[in-house]
Amino acid sequence: MGCGMGKSELQAALLIQRWYRQYVARLEMRRRCTWNIFQSIEYAGEQDQIKLYNFFGFLMDHFTPASSERNLISHIFRENEICRDIEWERYFCYKSIEVPESYTGPHLTFPMTFCGVSKLVEAFKHKQLHARYVLQILGETWRLLRILPNINYVSVCHNQEITICGDLHGHLEDLLLIFYKNGLPSSEKPYVFNGDFVDRGKNSLEILLILFGFLLVYPNDVHLNRGNHEDHIVNLRYGFTKEVLGKYRVHGKKILKLLQKIFSWLPLATVIDHKVLIVHGGISDMTDLNLSWSLEDELKRRRRLAGFDQSYGEMNKSESDSDSDTDISIQIVDLLWSDPMPQNGCIPNEVRGGGCYWGPDITEEVLERHNLQLLIRSHECKQDGYEFCHNRRVLTIFSASNYYEVGSNRGAYIRMGPDLVPHFIQYQASRTSRELTLTQSVGWTERSALRALREQLFVHKSDLISAFQEFDPNNTGMISLRHWASATETVLNLGLPWRVLRPQLVNSTKYGMVDYQQWIRELSITEPKLEISDTSILETMYKNHSNLETIFRIIDTDHSGSISFEEFRQTWKLLSSHLKTEISDEAIADLAQSIDFNKDGSIDINEFMEAFRLVDLSAHT
Amino acid sequence: MNHTDKTPVVARRRDNNMAESNNQSAETKLSEVQKRIKAAFETFDNAANNTVDVREIGTIIYSLGCFPSQADLHDFIAEVEEDHSGYIHLDSFLPAMTKVLLEHKFPPIPKDLLLQAFEVLDKDNKGYLEPEELTKYMTQEGEPFTQEEMDEMLTALADHERNVVYYKDLISQLAIDPDM
Repeated sequence: MGCGMGKSELQAALLIQRWYRQYVARLEMRRRCTWNIFQSIEYAGEQDQIKLYNFFGFLMDHFTPASSERNLISHIFRENEICRDIEWERYFCYKSIEVPESYTGPHLTFPMTFCGVSKLVEAFKHKQLHARYVLQILGETWRLLRILPNINYVSVCHNQEITICGDLHGHLEDLLLIFYKNGLPSSEKPYVFNGDFVDRGKNSLEILLILFGFLLVYPNDVHLNRGNHEDHIVNLRYGFTKEVLGKYRVHGKKILKLLQKIFSWLPLATVIDHKVLIVHGGISDMTDLNLSWSLEDELKRRRRLAGFDQSYGEMNKSESDSDSDTDISIQIVDLLWSDPMPQNGCIPNEVRGGGCYWGPDITEEVLERHNLQLLIRSHECKQDGYEFCHNRRVLTIFSASNYYEVGSNRGAYIRMGPDLVPHFIQYQASRTSRELTLTQSVGWTERSALRALREQLFVHKSDLISAFQEFDPNNTGMISLRHWASATETVLNLGLPWRVLRPQLVNSTKYGMVDYQQWIRELSITEPKLEISDTSILETMYKNHSNLETIFRIIDTDHSGSISFEEFRQTWKLLSSHLKTEISDEAIADLAQSIDFNKDGSIDINEFMEAFRLVDLSAHT
Repeated sequence: MNHTDKTPVVARRRDNNMAESNNQSAETKLSEVQKRIKAAFETFDNAANNTVDVREIGTIIYSLGCFPSQADLHDFIAEVEEDHSGYIHLDSFLPAMTKVLLEHKFPPIPKDLLLQAFEVLDKDNKGYLEPEELTKYMTQEGEPFTQEEMDEMLTALADHERNVVYYKDLISQLAIDPDM
């Protein structure tokens, strides 16, 4: 057809192509900026979390006998009596729980069958499973996991394919989409789920119950790897604990306790045909799958330390700790938290606060040493659902679509036959995202990211103003854009390109200068109308929103959802130690009085957090 | 082409200070341009080591307000890429891109020229293009689109109800944002 075209058509086509490619590229630039925003806020949050635990660890190591902080910490970290498993079984027993006539959800029979689990999958679209059945499934799962090895060794039969899924993070719609496209798990359809089943999304528990259900029915064909979010302390911050307590008011605590045990027993890795290693985070220069794992019992005890909960207490207690014991613990953290980097070497992962960054040379070395050909991992969100790196020796697979926001990314899963060549299937859940044009989807995600960013700016406003004032010695109220960008980065430390973002964050400039006081006012984030004399405590509250919630939930050891005034006061004291700022007793008492909504002397955690949730006035929802 | 850096010779003779401030503004302009380039580059510099995957260079150049053709891009990349490593370092990119921007090497397409181009393709003067028409030209002529690019273009540009491309509206709607 091309030979029929005249010169003018050719020129016209060239022009239009050039114009259109530029348009698409500009959109891509905006999308990438938005992505960077979300990712840096996410990782800063994780880093924050780790700093908090390091702080607790520090306190544990440095307490003085009379210190009230010590009591609080040991109260927090006290493992409720060392029980034998038999005693735990009695505690978790479901038999006394009655299922009332009025219950309209699914009824399960045990042992679980394929029909039973498929019924569950269907039912979860609209219903909630009764606590009795939840505890029953979890109990069976716990029993099974205790006899499973730490590493699943799997082989793919000659006429089969195995399916590998990455992070799901409570996105039930994505799991259902995968099952719809790929089929339910069975002995003809083996699956590996590579961790991070919970947190952030609102159906974490349903996902767990489905995965455990299939695990119980097909223990040789369904393989679960532990992720860094299969950890009860991470769950306190990122939403899973809240989800369970919200859905199961009476039995929630028991369910959480049982899950804590289950998480610590989840296998750490899966190996296919001794050639493909699947692990949630990655590897490090310390990874050695052969040596340490032979000490089965030792390792099983160590697996529980993969989270950051009891690590400090237990590690310090055992005097017989050899270097190899610490090595194993570090290895586990590395397997669950590490990220790949383009440069050679292995350095601590400071962005996340746990695990390391490992380079292509480490990949080569570890794969060679274990005679492996490919490392499949998850842990990082990817726009297309998957991504290769390190000369295609490392493959990241991520299965939660729309992770940051509707339209932000696709999810993907892998199918792999005996030739061990990965094939990818991508998808994006939610009807609306498919109908959005490219422009709309970029715009939507962008607005959401900017909202999140404005929140971050708002909570740091005092520090920002101080930083701006350093560039404004004559108090003119104006600073240059260059100084604005530099000060903002120093305060927020997110590594974002502020100059590129400037047009969307600063509405008006005069001759390249910003009226910074006005700009801060215009960030339009509302504050709750509370009578509090000391407003600096409010700002600390906003800045440390997540940390506070985490500490509250840790203190609330019986998961009742509320804490006493005294515990509230101690929390703030603890936080002020951690932050090295002064928070006066009067300010705390003031705050406590004003948020005792029920006037009953105790503080409901959810109500408290809701009262201080930031609402962006400029949102067009 | 803009000639904002030049001032009339007469004015320069009258005021010596003007010459100095002109030089200063040229320097400031240079540093502004370089900052823009660095900011755009950093957006794609994932490992924060001043390198960017060569496949992202086109996006970076476009986002700086330039309109190179594919051939222009290939030439540019050939100049700055070392050893087909697949990566481009800021040290090579910065001077080359600075030159491009200061010399306005790949200027924007004026709206009237763009309109004319669409009108050439709209043989029957309908005021719009059918998807098949546009597809034919875009995928078989000039620097052809891939199937994926074509699908995306139609999704983005075609009117939802009539499924045709009203190019006149598009040209004004998708006008260039003033970058930074």
